[in-house]
Amino acid sequence: MALVINEEQNMLKSSAKELLDLKSPISHMRELRDDNYNQFDVDLWKEMVEMGWTALTIPEKYNGLNFGYVGLGQVLEEMGRKLTVSPIISTVLVSTTLISLSKNEVLKRKLFDEIMNGKKLCSLAHEESSHHNPNINLSIISKNNEKFILNGKKRFVIDGSISDYLIVSANNESSGKLVLIILDSKSKGITFNNKVHMDSKNYSDISFSNVEFSKSSFLSSDDDGQKLLSKTLDISCVGLAAEMLGNIQEAFEITMQYLKEREQFGVKIGSFQSLQHRSAIMFGEIELCKSIVLKALQAIDNDEQNLPELASLAKSKLGLTSKLVTNEAVQMHGGIGMTDDSDIGFFLKRTRVTQRTFGDSNYHLDRVAKINNY
Amino acid sequence: METQVKVDLTSFRLETRKWLEENCPKSMQEPVTDANQLYWGGRNGKFSSNDQEIWFNRMLDKKWIVPYWESKYGGGGLNPKQNNILNQEMSRLGCRKPHINFGISMLGPALLKFASEEQKIYYLNQICNGEIRWVQGYSEPNAGSDLANLQTKAEDKGDHFLVNGSKVWTSYGDKGDFIFCLVRTSTESKHTGISFLLIDMNSEGISTRPIKLISGKSPFSETFFDSVKVPKKNLVGTLNDGWTIAKYLLTHERQMIGGIGDTDKKKALSEVAIDSIGVTDKLLSNASIRSKIAKLEMNERIFELTIQRALDEHKAGNNSGALSSFFKYYGTELAMQKEELRLEVNGFNSTEWTSEESNNGREARYFNRSKGHSIEGGTHEVQLNIIAKRVLGLPSK
Repeated sequence: MALVINEEQNMLKSSAKELLDLKSPISHMRELRDDNYNQFDVDLWKEMVEMGWTALTIPEKYNGLNFGYVGLGQVLEEMGRKLTVSPIISTVLVSTTLISLSKNEVLKRKLFDEIMNGKKLCSLAHEESSHHNPNINLSIISKNNEKFILNGKKRFVIDGSISDYLIVSANNESSGKLVLIILDSKSKGITFNNKVHMDSKNYSDISFSNVEFSKSSFLSSDDDGQKLLSKTLDISCVGLAAEMLGNIQEAFEITMQYLKEREQFGVKIGSFQSLQHRSAIMFGEIELCKSIVLKALQAIDNDEQNLPELASLAKSKLGLTSKLVTNEAVQMHGGIGMTDDSDIGFFLKRTRVTQRTFGDSNYHLDRVAKINNY
Repeated sequence: METQVKVDLTSFRLETRKWLEENCPKSMQEPVTDANQLYWGGRNGKFSSNDQEIWFNRMLDKKWIVPYWESKYGGGGLNPKQNNILNQEMSRLGCRKPHINFGISMLGPALLKFASEEQKIYYLNQICNGEIRWVQGYSEPNAGSDLANLQTKAEDKGDHFLVNGSKVWTSYGDKGDFIFCLVRTSTESKHTGISFLLIDMNSEGISTRPIKLISGKSPFSETFFDSVKVPKKNLVGTLNDGWTIAKYLLTHERQMIGGIGDTDKKKALSEVAIDSIGVTDKLLSNASIRSKIAKLEMNERIFELTIQRALDEHKAGNNSGALSSFFKYYGTELAMQKEELRLEVNGFNSTEWTSEESNNGREARYFNRSKGHSIEGGTHEVQLNIIAKRVLGLPSK
């Protein structure tokens, strides 16, 4: 398959750019932050729903657009350029993916309908420690007569504070297997500790204390829970890498513009070789990022076997490159780069959070080595 | 219509496969481990084996030494799709290239673009027959990164040029039959006083001296021109406009050198490391080396994808020419990092210089040689300058 986006995907990308240029410039993210870290702009969300972004990856069978992940990746990349604040990552990239992989047809119909129409938001609660680690799972589901009961603690739940549903990973006490359930976030026994992180976004630590739910809330069985979670995380890594690709392209372009305008010693600072060489290296690194992100997005749509490896390559490469580019962006802006008035720091702060989300480059390079047997 | 093309290509593939299977000697399907195993042709060309001679002659009869050049120039006249199929089928069987010559990879493309029809017919046919071994005369002792500073002079003497000066870093200069040279034909302007001249190495007044490298080997020479007479007809393109040709040719050279990391299909470094360092709980025993290998392999994989993406972008009609300088920079950078890491992986064994076990320091010498990757064909710094100015549009002082 050719490593280029097709005409339809390109059109989606252009329309995303058009909407975001108009409705979600970087100043919009700043306004939301200054409005007590507002996480959710209802009007912008309605526009996104009308554009069909919530339906992009939902199969036609459920009235979705079935446009695929290369398409969603283009939208995420454009959002990354504008640092757009929206529940797309939590609700569309992560939750919709997990629900698509589920075999619970009743839940799928109901949830897809609610998500597509923008009526409900959904988050995945899976982390339990300070580092991404899908192998740590101390949350437990036990059975009491016909009722099931969840106890446990989750960390770093993206958009947890605004979501209507929480998808939770936990061990099924009777089988010892990991399973996935979905709960109403208002259920009795759920306590939120909402925290603003460096990127001005909200992440929740959530505790579940004797939360009751019924059999119909299971998104997985004992047999496919692990598989569902792993694949969801792989796809989420790739989608997040697409956002990061947008982040670094924008930060880089803003910085190049600055080098062409700012004068010191009577010349444009962009004429200094030390800055030129570092800029050229960044240019190349970003080109490399484009290739792995597109390849991994295509691998999702083509259901390729090596998706886990490609996802880890994408997440580790984007983690490392976003560190390089955002650091250089601040450094090349000099004192201005340190001020809150400048937008450039937002890219640094956003990528420091996304680098860790779903595993940082240390985690994913380690995984690449394991996949390749060393 | 489209279906017919597909049918034709499928039958071309099948015929090609059959022909290669029947005509490529088994020993010519073994991986190449030494430059001597390839046939470089030329006036003094010697075959290193019977099979090599058979393979060369069969491909020559088929006009497949340069399969994609037009037949009037001695090529096979294959269109890009057919040529692609031939390449695929050759690599499927592991067929070696029947002939290696800088005339094919570097001079040829420049002649096709800039030479007169008469020159094309004469020189390209010679190249396709493997008759002339070409070498490159670009750099000079005082014109390395600043190539346009070259001083080798070609004076107009009516019916010929009189050439005086010297060239350095001529690959296999002592073995070449003809040298394609950048010479100064005017001192009025730095860049527009350069011309592109083809010079017979047998001419009176030419001498060469091998340059011994830090690897202990001498793949390069210095070439001296002492009042060498060169016929006027050996000028390619317009007088004083050789810089245009040089730039075009350098792009080809960069693509070739940039591919160095890519052609290294030896055992994966992680496997070498498992043998030399060992494994604890299924993981490579040294965590630091393990993470270095993983990072290098990540970048190698992604670099390959990026080359593929550039080709696909090109096919789709999107401009991706900007990447050539980056490919040269990054391909050589990775190749060098790999050699550096290979030393870490192999410990004491990797620095042996003369022992039998090390095959006379094969690895150590290759490591030393690899240091030239970021210098030859335009240094890292020159490539980065080009990206900064031409791609990013950063200002000059």
